[in-house]
Amino acid sequence: MTTIITVTSGKGGVGKTTTSASIASGLALRGYKTAVIDFDVGLRNLDLIMGCERRVVYDFVNVIQGDANLHQALIKDKHADNLFVLPASQTRDKDALTEEGVEKVLKELEHQGFDYIVCDSPAGIEHGAVMALTFADQAIVVTNPEVSSVRDSDRILGIIQSKSRRAVEGREPVKEHLLVTRYDPKRAHEGEMLTYTDIQELLRIPLLGVIPESEIVLQASNQGIPAIHQKGTPVADAYQDAIGRFLGEEHPLRFVDYEKPGLIKRLFGGK
Amino acid sequence: MSLLSLIFGEKKHTASVAKERLQLIIAHERVGLNGPDFLPDLQKDLVAVISKYVKINPEDIKVGLEKQGNLEVIEVNIVLPETR
Repeated sequence: MTTIITVTSGKGGVGKTTTSASIASGLALRGYKTAVIDFDVGLRNLDLIMGCERRVVYDFVNVIQGDANLHQALIKDKHADNLFVLPASQTRDKDALTEEGVEKVLKELEHQGFDYIVCDSPAGIEHGAVMALTFADQAIVVTNPEVSSVRDSDRILGIIQSKSRRAVEGREPVKEHLLVTRYDPKRAHEGEMLTYTDIQELLRIPLLGVIPESEIVLQASNQGIPAIHQKGTPVADAYQDAIGRFLGEEHPLRFVDYEKPGLIKRLFGGK
Repeated sequence: MSLLSLIFGEKKHTASVAKERLQLIIAHERVGLNGPDFLPDLQKDLVAVISKYVKINPEDIKVGLEKQGNLEVIEVNIVLPETR
């Protein structure tokens, strides 16, 4: 059984690609055969985040249009076995992603025995974003503690509930998960930032995890190594917890409470 | 801003404002997007019926859906032309 996970948000720049890369890598590290697909035709970036940009020969649209087969286009990840990247096309127009084409590629991945397919959605609510969520079994809605991001997440939830295949065919609805990213416990504690419970109350979907704001994310993308590989950092641990919860494990939330630094810490710095 | 707050840097607790604003706008937009889609038709029919008796403009009838707790209330607002 293949499970299709769509990582989406409505708003741009909230961490969809970072999340897609880390969730896909984490699933693969746990032994699941995983593919991660970039749906952002014209503005592909998953290849950079995954560090495989120089190995892109064929892309998603090439496969849809029959110019290459799936085997030729899938790039094997260097950091995790069982993980394959399908990059988006950089040049062609967005309408190249036809519903039939996308379905065909997903079906083929299913035949090849993939356990998980992670669809990295583009920002917005246009064609590419709708294509990314159409075939979803589960959706991870990435949200920043910020008004525009929360509102856009609510919009995209509405679209999942009306335009996904599961909704259109009246099947069991897409399982939705909230992933709060770029969370700053200190600012939330001081009433400057929406708390994760505020966001959950507003969006009314189960919380998958809270990823703290961290410089690690930029360092990871600079190097083209998904953040989950930065072992021992709060970001990597938070993503690991989120994957665990996704798979049904119980993990208490970490990195969400603010502890006032003691005097020594304040005097001598350190984190 | 007082001198003290300049020195110690007073931060504003704006998260609660954000939450309130979001509660309102999200509730409003959910109704607009996921509400029953018969509202435009209902409005058209109402205009037709009322036009039989009173001369009104189609824009003078407003049909909206409102949530009050667990109840959904259909609100119909009809502005009758001024009689001279």
